[in-house]
Amino acid sequence: MAQGMTRRDMLRAGAGAVAIAGGTALTAPAVHAQATTTLRCGFWDHWVPAGNGIMRELCAEWGRNNRVDVQVDFITSVGNQNLLTIAAQAQARSGHDILSFPTWEPSAHARLLEPVDDIVGRLIGKYGPINPTAEYLAKREGAWRAIPAVSGSQHKPSLARFDLLQEHAGLDVRAMYPAEDRAGPGVDQWNWATFLTAAEKCAAAGFHFGLPMGSFTDAVDWVGAFFRSHNAKFIDENGQVTVRRDPGVRAGLEYLVRLARFLPNDVWAWDDASNNRALISGRSALIFNPPSTWAVAKRDAPAVAEKCWTFPMPAGPAGRFTPYLPYFWGIWSFSRNKTAAKGLLEFLSDRTSADRQTTTSSGYDIPPFGSMSNFDIWRTEGPPTGVVYNYPLKPHHQAQQSIAFAPAPAEIAVQAYNQAINTKLVARVAQGGETIDQALTWAERELRNFARG
Amino acid sequence: MSASGATMTAGRTEGVTSLQRFTRRRSTIAFLMTLPLIAVIGGLVVYPAGYAMYLSTLNRRMTEFIGLEQFAILLDTDTFWMVIAQSCIFAVSAVLLKALIGFWLAHMLHDIPAKGQRKWRGMLLVPWVIPPALSTLGWWWMFDPSYSSINYLLNVFAVPSVPWLGEPWWARTSVIIVNVWYGAPFFMIMYLAALKSVPEQLYEAAAIDGATGFQRLRYVTLPMMRNIISITVLFSLIVTFANYDIVRVLTNGGPRDLTHVFATYAFQVGILSGNVPRGAAVSLFMFPLLAIFAFFVLRGVTRRNKEES
Repeated sequence: MAQGMTRRDMLRAGAGAVAIAGGTALTAPAVHAQATTTLRCGFWDHWVPAGNGIMRELCAEWGRNNRVDVQVDFITSVGNQNLLTIAAQAQARSGHDILSFPTWEPSAHARLLEPVDDIVGRLIGKYGPINPTAEYLAKREGAWRAIPAVSGSQHKPSLARFDLLQEHAGLDVRAMYPAEDRAGPGVDQWNWATFLTAAEKCAAAGFHFGLPMGSFTDAVDWVGAFFRSHNAKFIDENGQVTVRRDPGVRAGLEYLVRLARFLPNDVWAWDDASNNRALISGRSALIFNPPSTWAVAKRDAPAVAEKCWTFPMPAGPAGRFTPYLPYFWGIWSFSRNKTAAKGLLEFLSDRTSADRQTTTSSGYDIPPFGSMSNFDIWRTEGPPTGVVYNYPLKPHHQAQQSIAFAPAPAEIAVQAYNQAINTKLVARVAQGGETIDQALTWAERELRNFARG
Repeated sequence: MSASGATMTAGRTEGVTSLQRFTRRRSTIAFLMTLPLIAVIGGLVVYPAGYAMYLSTLNRRMTEFIGLEQFAILLDTDTFWMVIAQSCIFAVSAVLLKALIGFWLAHMLHDIPAKGQRKWRGMLLVPWVIPPALSTLGWWWMFDPSYSSINYLLNVFAVPSVPWLGEPWWARTSVIIVNVWYGAPFFMIMYLAALKSVPEQLYEAAAIDGATGFQRLRYVTLPMMRNIISITVLFSLIVTFANYDIVRVLTNGGPRDLTHVFATYAFQVGILSGNVPRGAAVSLFMFPLLAIFAFFVLRGVTRRNKEES
């Protein structure tokens, strides 16, 4: 300006610069420029308090670099507030640009979600394949409708008191699954038959396995993984109800009725917190849960936490399956900022961002890529150090993720899942006194009606 | 009549437009003044109800009109028949208990001298004032499957633990207990107001005739309270049938769906399971049942009013 540039020239030059920057808003970092786009995001309100902070931080960082004003809301899943928000925005065709979708929601709202094959393709190119369960839940009519999220996605493997299992059931789970990339002695015997014996012995010693059998997700998830490991299909991939003639369902049901005898007699009314309390209070020897239970124990009952260990689920005739409950990040088709939204989601899914999310959540968040199962946090977290080393699936676990009622078409499976048909099937026989045939007939009729209309 | 006719004639002759005549009519003004209320009712009652009816005629994906198919599917579902039965058991028994307890409490309060009555009235109203979702959470802690404080007290007296929420009949009893605890004060306050409006002379006349306490209740109190009892029972039945929070917080419909009522089942089917049309059909199912009941109750009230006037 001092060198002869007039005020008018300066304004003209500034306007030109803004026009150029506007055209390349997502690629050209312009730290000092004003944001031109506002992106509204509704992320899941994380159980781990710091989990929200890292999302806010990552969004702000990306927004600064890309001149986008990213507004972040955190929507709780308590009282199913997030489901109500999704349903309301879908009806109104208005709301956030990006939302966190719980497990079954991407398929429920597939027609209203912007396909994200371009981002997923690039991510797969960089990090390898996404696990098949996430693909089953997010892919509709050949297109990815949402991106499997890091924040909020969880596994529910075995989380047990290693001292109690060793003392009463003779199982040294730390030796079987050490905090290293190798399997120890006895892993080949870690199956549902061994599990039943251990459950019986621990129950006899007064430390029942804390396995919920109600209608909440913890119950449906572990029972779903159990049936999957018996190759049991309630409904096949074509939507045909197979529950009554499937030998895996019958065999699994007989087993679970036997197992129920060694569980606390109130498991039929347990919610998702009951199993946590059972372990933390020292009453239970084993539950199936993410490390959040251990994290609470570390705060409230350190003596219990120090004796906890996470390791894979028992194997069944069809293999080893771990309950998996992923979240997804989706972009509404009525969003006005799809390009910016895609840019943000790609950034949140890259390895560095995923590592930061998982680390901040003390290892709770599970990325969808197998190649991301080696973050430092899982090795270092403790006490005992390595307690969550085996929380993500590692190649030597020889396990796969599972979601109950897959591979049924998602619009039928979601109804069976949320109405807990698998645990009610067990409850009808074990608690209600029905015969296996009566219970299977009931399940068949319910499932058929889910497919109608 | 003749005056308004003259005005209208004069209006026509003096060049008043038909619009001006229309706006000057009493019915028009009345309509305009009630318009805000009509708009509120239309927006908050008629539209949602109409939309729910429309939704219930769609298929699961909400892309196709399928008439009453969702209702037919529901009637073919064992769980839904269970929900109908449970909703009736829950609503009828809870309303009956609330009415009896409310009636008894109202009499107790009525007999307390005016000076101390206000204090008791306030205390007895507390359950009704606390938001039910919050108070139910308190009850849930008392009924908790593993750490029930009630069971703790029972154990102190060597009474075995009760599976409050784990055993179907106990779970049903638990939700009814909480609903009665919450709703009885409403009956109490309504009946107390009705009791206070019964003329004292009627009791004096009954006493002169040598009526016993029961006869005074049977021939004086109950006939004088008949309308308020009917209206209160009707109102409570509607609210109890539509109850959501108590069952949702306490049992989530379990065990084995044996405590689900219409509202909780509708939420599970419609929102959680992603089948909004069928959820709408579930929630609409109680509408005809309640409409028939309301018709008979209100007809009885109107008849009695006519007889009395």
